Amino acid sequence: MSDTAMLRVAGLTKTYSLGTSWLSRLTSRASGTLKALDGVDLHLCRGEILALVGESGSGKSTLAKILVGSTAPSGGEVRYRGEAAPARRDKESSRRVQMVFQDPYSSLNPRLTVGAMLAELLLLHRVVPRREVRAESIRLLNLVGMEADVLSAYPSQFSGGQRQRLAIARALAVRPDVLIADEPVSALDVSVQATILELFASLRAELGVSILFIAHNLAVVQHLADRVAVMYLGRIVEVATTAQLFAAPRHPYTRALIDSIPRMTEASVNDEFELDGEPPSPYDVPAGCRFHPRCPLASEICVANDPPLLPVGPAHESACLKAGELALIPLPDTPQEHR
Amino acid sequence: MSQGSSDVISSTGIAPADEPASTAELSRGGVPLLSVQDLSIGVRLPGGRTVSIVEGVSFDVDPGQRMGIVGESGSGKSLTLRAVAGLLPKPVEVLSGRVEYGGTDLLTMPAKRRRALMGPEIAMIFQEPMSALNPVMRVGDQIAEGPRRHLGLSAKEAGELAVSMMARTGIPDPVRRARAYPHELSGGLRQRIMIAMAVSCGPRLLLCDEPTTALDVTVQLQVLRLLERLCADTGTSLVFVTHDLAVVNQTCSELAVMYAGNIVESGRVKEVFRQPRHPYTRGLLESAPDFDRPDRELVPIPGFPPNVADRPSGCPFAPRCGYVRDHCRQSMPPLAEVAPGRQAACFESSRLTEVLA
Repeated sequence: MSDTAMLRVAGLTKTYSLGTSWLSRLTSRASGTLKALDGVDLHLCRGEILALVGESGSGKSTLAKILVGSTAPSGGEVRYRGEAAPARRDKESSRRVQMVFQDPYSSLNPRLTVGAMLAELLLLHRVVPRREVRAESIRLLNLVGMEADVLSAYPSQFSGGQRQRLAIARALAVRPDVLIADEPVSALDVSVQATILELFASLRAELGVSILFIAHNLAVVQHLADRVAVMYLGRIVEVATTAQLFAAPRHPYTRALIDSIPRMTEASVNDEFELDGEPPSPYDVPAGCRFHPRCPLASEICVANDPPLLPVGPAHESACLKAGELALIPLPDTPQEHR
Repeated sequence: MSQGSSDVISSTGIAPADEPASTAELSRGGVPLLSVQDLSIGVRLPGGRTVSIVEGVSFDVDPGQRMGIVGESGSGKSLTLRAVAGLLPKPVEVLSGRVEYGGTDLLTMPAKRRRALMGPEIAMIFQEPMSALNPVMRVGDQIAEGPRRHLGLSAKEAGELAVSMMARTGIPDPVRRARAYPHELSGGLRQRIMIAMAVSCGPRLLLCDEPTTALDVTVQLQVLRLLERLCADTGTSLVFVTHDLAVVNQTCSELAVMYAGNIVESGRVKEVFRQPRHPYTRGLLESAPDFDRPDRELVPIPGFPPNVADRPSGCPFAPRCGYVRDHCRQSMPPLAEVAPGRQAACFESSRLTEVLA
């Protein structure tokens, strides 16, 4: 079977079992398992920036950990270019998928110079022969907009934005096909965020690297991503192209997220879909549709059925039984030509 | 019994019913509720040298006004707020200036009197509720602590007030939740507990230090709505520190923009965002993605803020500024009126007249 996707996951689950200790058996919460991921289907195309959004506890970071191979899934499979990824990653398969973390203050080793950090990776993975390590390091730094003079500096000598550049250079050192960026700009100042977003866009254009961009700031996502996947309580509830998702969301949770974005334009502020309550805990996923307790459109069928992710339009999937009904409720400032 | 609890608040003279009178009284005399004058905050080094982090900041907050302070990390926005609350982390201290509350300087007031104001008059909400709440005390008792101490309520009355406050902040099942410990609650609920705690004594000034930064976007909206409603109901003034321009836009009426320890621009939020008169404000607006204008190109501000211990002479923004001229590097532009109700600290402000759509 030929697969055009760079990375594909199907039916991915990750459960953590609880209540094995005598202490948790004494407390009332010993309900068994925490479902961090509950059947995730998703693919990342070559050279694509796919954004993954969702509230804390929705499983975004667990998915990222499984994709880079630092955590093994409980079920389902991860396919890399159509081939199943080994449960225990070898050096080659771990090279292909690299990660950029949220906090550049804790993700860089404070006791390694920039040069030593890059050289270690280049040598370990035999990316280039020893005599070319310096030239390759400089090439990497130039790629992220830095100069050769930083090779002998330590991470503490850099600002947050510069550190994030270094973290990206480190991820690129082993020439990965996929970058997983877990909230890479949310620890940075507003004026610096734009430069890092620009960098991701240029890396995709120049290197053709595929990027899974995990974020909670939807304005950032809208600016950068080609497609967006929305996660809720361990499952993808909607996937669509960025323009389509924001113009015509087909899952009420997506709609609520969009309505919750703080706006700069007075006219677009809207609370029609303001949610009550908070995300339920993954210890205790509601029966039926996992979103029904907070959903303004929920009815009995939503309590009785757990909707799968189904196509609702071209390149648009939603896991909502009321997707058709939702489509009839227009966004307040949606231009009319969208309908 | 919640009816009884609200009567208790009225008797202390800080209930909504009494608010209009005192507000009118204050505004008649032209005295703002909070007046920060030429406030400098910094560290005194051994040997008499001082390093100032905040330099000569002045602003007024009128009764019922909602003021936002925005700036990047290290701009001094949180320290300014903490100086008002008297909660500066050691060894940082106020170097000079005045913080007047209702016409009285808080800084020269005896510590005991100042502490007595915290709660019934001035209250603060922090970014991280987990570190602001006592982990080994039930949340209901934590909310009740202030009313017992400041309003002289009995344990029973204060407990009932706590439950009614929790109900008012939208906590479902408040009677049961009052017996919970902070770790048993979600981030949004903890933030509501902190808000309930802050407003339990009916303060007239609420200081908020990035209260929604740690929250998810749907919960953020709920908390902002809650603050808005509480302030509208009781006429409480708000000073809201954040780095998120869109949050300020939805929460505040007035705005001060801080950069490297100075206020560089202030005015009404709508006007400042429509037509920024300081290059830094303009840079912030152009570098942040705006959900309503997805196709607009982001323009990052080049460089990064100066180290406070080693500020350049002249305007601290000059090295990053696109409008810079020679005189900007020589002297610091004062915060001056550039239009009615609008202030900017920029020599070249008259060149910034473009209206951002």
